[in-house]
Amino acid sequence: MKAGIVVFPGTNRERDMAIALRRAAGTEPAMLWHRDTELPALDLVVLPGGFSHGDYLRSGAMAAHAPIMSAVRDFAARGGYVLGVCNGFQILTEAEMLPGALLRNAGMRFLSQDCHLRVERDDTPFTRGWREGDVFRAPMAHGDGNYVASEEELDRLEGEGQVAFRYSRADGGLADDANPNGSARAIAGVFSADRRVCGLMPHPEDLVDPLMGGEDGKPLFDGLVESFR
Amino acid sequence: MTKVRVSVMLKDGVLDPPGKAIGHALQTLGFGNVGEVRAGRVIELELDEADAAKAKAQADEMARRLLANLVIESFTTEVLS
Repeated sequence: MKAGIVVFPGTNRERDMAIALRRAAGTEPAMLWHRDTELPALDLVVLPGGFSHGDYLRSGAMAAHAPIMSAVRDFAARGGYVLGVCNGFQILTEAEMLPGALLRNAGMRFLSQDCHLRVERDDTPFTRGWREGDVFRAPMAHGDGNYVASEEELDRLEGEGQVAFRYSRADGGLADDANPNGSARAIAGVFSADRRVCGLMPHPEDLVDPLMGGEDGKPLFDGLVESFR
Repeated sequence: MTKVRVSVMLKDGVLDPPGKAIGHALQTLGFGNVGEVRAGRVIELELDEADAAKAKAQADEMARRLLANLVIESFTTEVLS
């Protein structure tokens, strides 16, 4: 799998992402600068976490208009796969490549803690490493992770299978106390309509090695590698 | 030069945690009659455009493209001078 990681000013999780991609794919991902206007030949583009452009205006709002985003949009339209984690997810919603928006956490606090995610479908390159209904642990670290969309849009997303992950209890049950940032319908990650673009707030890339405390996030990367084999 | 003020607010029905926190703080300060508080953002633009209507139209376009996220926010523009 040939992967590229986009780095914006203020991005700070690109090295974590590179570790996860390298570990799964066995090859080095390319680092791409936000001012680039063309992408090399890639299977996957990743927008990693951080605070692009200082989160000024809204998280991800400036980065969504960076020169490289036209190329990323074209890449996805031509059949490429795009993953956004944390700030990367925010950027993809601001770029209107994913539906909805991410607001301030309902409790106002920046949350740096582990959460559990339930896999909502297992027939996509992003989730094929799990089975539907599987629950895995993922670290989260964000202030603006409260997923919102209109009720009609949420109904549509659920009806068309665009929900990728939900915050859940360890047993897979949904509950307010297992939805740390107050996201609508406990949505932690979504797909585009064609399921080539996926974004989520928590960080699977930070649990891909026993030395990190577990490998709970590794199926995401292993599944992607299998898809491009 | 025309100065235009763009006011961006969360849409009705969208939860506003900062507004809620401000309201709570005002209650704590003794302003017991404070009801719902909504917090928004004001952006003032100086545009190199003499025609007020054109300046307002440009600011509307800027708000739609960048200054507001229409999924969650609405905006108003007013020409100041």
